Amino acid sequence: MNLEEYKGVYVFAQQVDNEISSIAFELLGKAKDLAKDLNTDVTAVLLGSGVKELADQLAEYGADKVIVVDDPELKDYRTEPYAHALSSVINQYKPEIMLVGATAIGRDLGPRVSARVATGLTADCTVLEIGDFPLQAVPGQEQLHNQLLMTRPAFGGNTIATIACPYNRPQMATVRAGVMQKIEPIKGAKANVEEYNPGFTPDNKYVEILDIVKSVAETVDIMDAKILVSGGRGVGSPENFKILEDLAEVLGGTVSCSRAVVDSGWKPKDLQVGQTGKTVRPNVYFAIGISGAIQHVAGMEESDIIVAINKDADAPIFDVADYGVVGDLNKIVPKLTEALKAEIAAAK
Amino acid sequence: MKIVVCVKQVPDTAGGVKFNPDGTLDRGAMLTIMNPDDKAGLEAALRLKDQYGAEVTVVTMGLPKAEEVLREAMAMGADKGVLVTDRVLGGADTWATSTTLAGAIRNLEYDLIITGRQAIDGDTAQVGPQISEHLDIPVISYAQDIKIEGDSVVVERQYEDRYHVVKAKMPCLITALSELNEPRYMTPGGIFDAYKQEITVWGRADLKDVDDANLGLKGSPTKIAKASDKVRKGAGEKVSLDPDESVSYIVDKLKVKHVI
Amino acid sequence: MDFTLSKEHEMARALFKEFAEKEVKPLAQEVDETEVFPRETVEKMAKLGFLGIPVPKEYGGQGCDPLTYAMCVEELSKVCGTTGVIVSAHTSLCCDPIMTYGTEEQKQKYLVPLAKGEKLGAFGLTEPGAGTDAQGQQTKAVLDGEEWVLNGSKCFITNGKEADVYVIFAITGTVEKRGRMQKEISAFIVEKGTPGFTFGTKEKKMGIRGSSTYELIFTDCRIPKENLLGQQGKGFNIAMHTLDGGRIGIASQALGLAEGALDNTIAYVKERKQFGRAIGAFQNTQFQLADMATKVEAAQLLVYKAAMAKATQKVYSVEAAKAKLYAAEVAMEVTTKAVQLHGGYGYIREYDVERMMRDAKITEIYEGTSEVQRMVISGALLK
Repeated sequence: MNLEEYKGVYVFAQQVDNEISSIAFELLGKAKDLAKDLNTDVTAVLLGSGVKELADQLAEYGADKVIVVDDPELKDYRTEPYAHALSSVINQYKPEIMLVGATAIGRDLGPRVSARVATGLTADCTVLEIGDFPLQAVPGQEQLHNQLLMTRPAFGGNTIATIACPYNRPQMATVRAGVMQKIEPIKGAKANVEEYNPGFTPDNKYVEILDIVKSVAETVDIMDAKILVSGGRGVGSPENFKILEDLAEVLGGTVSCSRAVVDSGWKPKDLQVGQTGKTVRPNVYFAIGISGAIQHVAGMEESDIIVAINKDADAPIFDVADYGVVGDLNKIVPKLTEALKAEIAAAK
Repeated sequence: MKIVVCVKQVPDTAGGVKFNPDGTLDRGAMLTIMNPDDKAGLEAALRLKDQYGAEVTVVTMGLPKAEEVLREAMAMGADKGVLVTDRVLGGADTWATSTTLAGAIRNLEYDLIITGRQAIDGDTAQVGPQISEHLDIPVISYAQDIKIEGDSVVVERQYEDRYHVVKAKMPCLITALSELNEPRYMTPGGIFDAYKQEITVWGRADLKDVDDANLGLKGSPTKIAKASDKVRKGAGEKVSLDPDESVSYIVDKLKVKHVI
Repeated sequence: MDFTLSKEHEMARALFKEFAEKEVKPLAQEVDETEVFPRETVEKMAKLGFLGIPVPKEYGGQGCDPLTYAMCVEELSKVCGTTGVIVSAHTSLCCDPIMTYGTEEQKQKYLVPLAKGEKLGAFGLTEPGAGTDAQGQQTKAVLDGEEWVLNGSKCFITNGKEADVYVIFAITGTVEKRGRMQKEISAFIVEKGTPGFTFGTKEKKMGIRGSSTYELIFTDCRIPKENLLGQQGKGFNIAMHTLDGGRIGIASQALGLAEGALDNTIAYVKERKQFGRAIGAFQNTQFQLADMATKVEAAQLLVYKAAMAKATQKVYSVEAAKAKLYAAEVAMEVTTKAVQLHGGYGYIREYDVERMMRDAKITEIYEGTSEVQRMVISGALLK
C-alpha cells in the first residue's frame, strides 16, 4: 500500500428515503476543517437510487466534489450493495480519510467496508483532528505527520482514547450524530458531480427486504431517555408538573422525579430517580426544584450534562450540576420552554 | 442446524464503575460478565435450539480466564465451548479480532453465526460485520427478532426510525441487540455439568487461513495514541441571574453542548 | 485445609445473587408490606430448579451439594428473608425427609414434583402445646383398614396453605422405654385437598411477613396407608434428623440477613454525611463495621462447615446447631447495629435494614430456639 497515493477527505453522505441525513452535513462540516489542515478538498459519496439531484445540497454544506453511485440496487439500505459501492469508490479514488456517520446504517456499513479494503476503523468518534503519531516524538520510531487522530469514549464513557491509523489508508472513522458542527449552508452552491457505477452482481449476500415498518415513538422508560426533566418537591404541586412536561416535550425528553414527589403521590414510582428508585444516565438531566439529597444524586450523577434550577443557593444539587441556576423555577421554566421552542424552530 | 455464537468477557461497567481516589478507573475492582449483547445473541441461539433443534457452539477470544463465559454459556444450555487464546493474539483491534475469530470459525460447521451488536467495554459494533466480511457471508446487524424459514433466516433489522424485515439465505451472520430478548438464567445443576465438560482451546496454530500480519497488536491497523480515564466531574458553574438571563444562560449552554 | 470455593460454587453464587437482585429484591418491600406470599417468585425459582437443588437428578432435582443449597438460601435472604425461608422450609423440611426416608413410590409420587417445583412442600411438627418438646404432641393417627385417620392440629407452619405436600407428625401409639411409657410418633405425607385437612388462622408476624404461616387442622382426615413416611414409630428420629438439615437452611437465612444488612450499611455510611463528613469516616462507625464483618464471616464459616458436614457425615447435629445458634445471633446483632448506624432512616420502612432486623429475630426462634441449640451442643460435650 503506497500511502502517498491516498488523497482527500471523503464523507459517506447517508440518505434515507432519498433525504440526506443530518449526520452527512455534520460530517461535511468536520471534513472541511480536516481538509483545510491537510490542504486538500472534501468529497461526498452519495449512494442510492435516483439521488443525483441531492448532490447540490451536499455542495451547500461544504462538499467540493460529489461522487454519485446511482443504481436501483441501492434503493433501500442493504449491507452488500452499499458495501460494494463504497469500497469500489475507495479503491477507485483512494481517499486519505473516509468518514461515516455512527448510525444504524453507518455502524454496519463502516466495518464491512473497512474489512473489505483492509484498513482500520475507529468507531463512534467524538473528536477528530490532524496531528502527529506518536503524539510526542519517540526515539527509534518515526513520527508521522498529518495523521487523523480519532478520539472516542469507551468503557461506557468512563475512558477516552485517541486512536490513529498510521500505516493503512484510508483512515476510517464513524462519528456520533450531533457532535460535529454543520457549516452555514452556502445557498445556491453547485456540486461538481462525478458519476461512478462499479456494477452490481447480486449474490447470496444481497439479502431480500420483505417489509419496511416505520415505527412510532412510544413512551420511554426513564432509564432509556436521552433527556430527562426531573422535578422535586420544589415543583409545588402535581398540576405544576405541566411546566416540566412542556419543557420535556420541546426537547423530546421525558419527565422523571425525586422520591419526595412519589411519596406525595404526585407521580408514580416508576418515574423515581435515586437510590430507592432508578439509576439514570441521560445526555441531559434537568434537576428542577430538587434539593439533591445524596440518595437522589446516587441515581443521576452519571448523567452527561446536569442542569439544576433551584431557589436555594446552598442546595446540594449544585455540587453535582454542570450548570446551576439559582432562581424561581416557576418563572424560569416556562420561559425556557418558549426560548427553546423558538431556537429549535429557527434551526429547522 | 449448527449455530456459532461469539461471546466476550467484559468488565461490568453497568453494574457500578469503580474509581481510584485520583478519579481513574479501578479495573481490578470491577467484576467481569458476559457482554450483554452477546448474551442476548446466545439466548436467541438457545431459543432457536429449543424451537427447531440446533447445536450451539460458543466461541470466545481472550485470556485463559475467559473460559468462565464459556462455562456460563454452557450452564445456560450451549453444547460446546471454544476458547481462542494465545499471547500473539493480544492487543488486537477490531480488525485483528475479527480475523482471529474468522480463523477459528473456519474450523467449525455453521449455518448461522450470532454475535452481539457491540461490547460494553469497546462499544465499537465492528467485529460482527467484519467477521462476516472475512467469511464472505451476508450480515444482518441490529436484529430485534429472528425466525428460521427453510434454508433462510427472516430477521427484523432495527434502524433509528423503522425496521426492515430482511430475509437471507444461510449461512449468515446476525448481530443481536440486548433488547432482542431477556436471557435465561443458568440452572444450578447446569453449572456443575458445564464444569464437567471439555472445552476446546485453540491457539494461533489452530486458526485456519489467517496471515500473521493480521493478528494481534502488530496486525492491528489502528493504534492507540493516548488513553486516559475520564475524571469524575464535580461541581460546575452556578449563576444567580434574573429569569430572562437565566433562560439565555441555559439555552447558550445547551447550544454549546449541541443538545439543540 | 482450603477455604476457597470451587469455581462451580462461585458461579452458582453469582447465579443466585443475580436472581436475587433482579427478581427478588424489587419485591421485598412490597412482600413485607402487604404480607402476600410471593407466588410469582416461587414459580420463577421452580423453573430454574431452585426448589430441588440438593435433590438427585433422577428425582427431578439439580443434583448439587448441600453447600450450593445453603448459598442459594443465603443469597435470597440477603435481599428478602421471606423468600429465603420459603426455599428452606420446602427443601430441608419436606424434600429432604422424603428423599431420606421415602419409599421409591413415595419419591416418584412426591419428591419428583417437589424437586421440579411443580409442588411446594411444608412440614408440620409444632403444636400449640409442643414446640421444642416433641413429646408434648397431641395429634393422633389411627390405622383403620387401609387408611390412617388423623386428628389434631399443627401451628406456625411455614408455607402453610400455599404448600401442596406436607410432612406431618402424629402419635401412633405408646411404647415402654426404660420403664416409662412414651408416645410413639410416626411421620406421614399429607396432600393439600385431602378431606378433613383444613387451614386455621393465618399468623400475623413481626418479620418474614410474606411467608405464609398457618395452623393446620386435621379432622378425621383419612390418608392412604402407604403415606406413612419411614417406619412406624420412628417419627421422632425422622423429625430430629430433618431439623438438623433444616437448621442449616435457617442458619443460611440468618447469614444472608446479616450480610444484607452489612452491605446496606457499608453503602450508607459512605454516603451519609454528618458534621461535614461521611459517617464512615468516624472511628465508631469503622469499628462497628469491623466487628460486624468479622462476625458475619465467622458465621459464614460455621454455616458452610455444617453444609459440608451434611454432605460427608451421617450425623451433623452439632455442626448444624452451632451454625444456627451463631448465625442467628449474629443476624440479630448485625441487623440491630445496621439500624443504629442508619439512624432515623434505619427505623423507617423505605430502608431495607428496618425489615431485616424484624426478619432476623425469627431465626433465633424457629426450628429450635437458640436455647435448644445450646442444649444440643452442650449435650454432645457432656455425653
